[in-house]
Amino acid sequence: MDEQRREFIRKTGLGVLAGLGAVSGLFPESSLESAVASTSSGDSASGKTRWGMVIDTRKCRGECTRCIDACHEVHNVPKFDNAKDEIKWIWKSPFENVFPGESKQFVSEETREKSYLALCNHCDNPPCVRACPTQATFKRRWDGIVAMDYHRCIGCRFCMAACPYGARSFNWRDPRPAIKKMDPSYPTRERGVVEKCNFCSERLARNMQPACVEACPEGALTFGDLNDEQSEIRVLLDRNHTLQRKSELGTRPSVFYII
Amino acid sequence: MIEKALKGDRSYWGWIVFLLFIIAAGVYSYARQLDTGLTVTGMGRDVSWGVYIAQFTFLVGVAASAVMVVLPYYLHDYKAFGKIVIVGEFMAVAATIMCILFILADMGRPDRVLNVLLYPTPHSMVFWDVTVLNGYLLLNIISGWAVLGAERKGVPAPKWVKPVIYLSIPWAISIHTVTAFLYAGLPGRHLWLTAVLAPRFLASAFAAGPALLILVTYILKKTTGFDAGKEAVNKLAVIVTYAAVVNFFLIGMEFFTAFYSNIPGHMHSLQYLFFGLHGKGQLVPWMWFSMMIGLGSLVVLLVPKLRKSSTWLIAACLGIVLSIWIDKGVGLILGGFVPSPLEEIVEYFPTLIEISVTLGIWAIGIFLLTILLKVAVAVKTQD
Repeated sequence: MDEQRREFIRKTGLGVLAGLGAVSGLFPESSLESAVASTSSGDSASGKTRWGMVIDTRKCRGECTRCIDACHEVHNVPKFDNAKDEIKWIWKSPFENVFPGESKQFVSEETREKSYLALCNHCDNPPCVRACPTQATFKRRWDGIVAMDYHRCIGCRFCMAACPYGARSFNWRDPRPAIKKMDPSYPTRERGVVEKCNFCSERLARNMQPACVEACPEGALTFGDLNDEQSEIRVLLDRNHTLQRKSELGTRPSVFYII
Repeated sequence: MIEKALKGDRSYWGWIVFLLFIIAAGVYSYARQLDTGLTVTGMGRDVSWGVYIAQFTFLVGVAASAVMVVLPYYLHDYKAFGKIVIVGEFMAVAATIMCILFILADMGRPDRVLNVLLYPTPHSMVFWDVTVLNGYLLLNIISGWAVLGAERKGVPAPKWVKPVIYLSIPWAISIHTVTAFLYAGLPGRHLWLTAVLAPRFLASAFAAGPALLILVTYILKKTTGFDAGKEAVNKLAVIVTYAAVVNFFLIGMEFFTAFYSNIPGHMHSLQYLFFGLHGKGQLVPWMWFSMMIGLGSLVVLLVPKLRKSSTWLIAACLGIVLSIWIDKGVGLILGGFVPSPLEEIVEYFPTLIEISVTLGIWAIGIFLLTILLKVAVAVKTQD
């Protein structure tokens, strides 16, 4: 009996080792691997195009909400009165909330009082995509947009726990009655699924700029291909010191801020 | 074999009707939730998981803890667990079914649950959790039922059962490890982003699970006269003691790392849970109660004389279960969401509907356990 048991333990151990080896070979693009391939350093990213945005917060006026209104209007984002059910794709929050890891002492009055835009960062290494059990949220290989399939989402809200930017909202109730003006060119969502900024992929397909970029009266938002050295966005990034939100987490956000 | 569950006295049927009543209330509340959406719960944009996921986390531990009777009995041939091992396995079955129900209750679109299998996604920890949980359920139902069935006929268990039981041992460890991985791999949730989360889950499971098992054996003894044996209960009490020591040691590690390093992100959630943050601290009394009653029970367990007295042992087991239920089933999940990624402090209060659904699922689990144990006891006592 003792012999048998020892033999069993030995075989189990070997089996587990072999299993682990097989798994790591089977999924070369698993998170174990990509964590090495795309840490926070290095500029180039996978894919041909990588859409990104630079927000020049110097130009952004605190009280203005044109970009937010435009986005929420074209995407049929509902408006609820309570914070619990709230759905938002792009919004403004104080500096300490948008950049919790940044300098907190002797902050200038302007920085303290201003509010800053927050939206989905369309990370190059998105934790939400890693967490989603159905690939309902996925990174588009051809342009780096972190997209959603509302018809596949099971509403487990793992992506919301995984997103370190609070960029995702869940439809706690039927959103349709709370949409002020229905825009028939973009689908409404159903109760029970997650949604977030899609970098206006529906407008990009028609060669249009994202709605927020177009709506900004100050030209504070610049959208473009981060992989194209000649693009306006790359020129801006070359000439200005910029910040990414929580860059220490290795998510490689595609949204940059000039403070 | 199941027909044995249909024969019982007044108190048995009274208990069954009571459970069915709570289940009915839970089903009604769940229907309301399906009809209106998860807005009927206390969850929201910032605290996006609540009691459902917290109960799930606690119960995976209860399920995994069956290994604490299965391993000594089948791998080490520890005979004293002969009568209790089936109780442990059936408790694992009931707990796993509750886990699955809590996940379903938490889903925005439960009608799409099969998408997890239709689009298998190995880089998602949920995929592995679904796989290991369902596998564990099958392993325990098959082995428990086969062994019990053989015992009823008075023949030795079929040979194929042994490998199934052996497989269930590492499998039990895996279900709680993968459950910890659901949380421990998320960037930006500091309370969960700790390498000791899986070890802590296992330690707390091996304390709370066997403690619950001890309580169940006392209930069985009182209601059916089925005695698991003094030696088995004493040994279980020792297991609870060691696991509880490891559990509280690991909790201490969390405090040291967070507060000695003095990194705000690492301290915030613990500060919120135990001391309150920016004037908000709804869970502070809960967490201290959990700590006090847990450590108090541990002291009782550490004294052999007290541990061997039924009254003290029952009190200590109740204390350990309650302490770990609060720690894992309340604090750990809610604390992970506070502060939010934007460092806002949003508090969560479960609604009546949410509590009713939660009680309903617990009642379903206890109902199943009652039926399964009724059969097991009937077979064991040749009734």
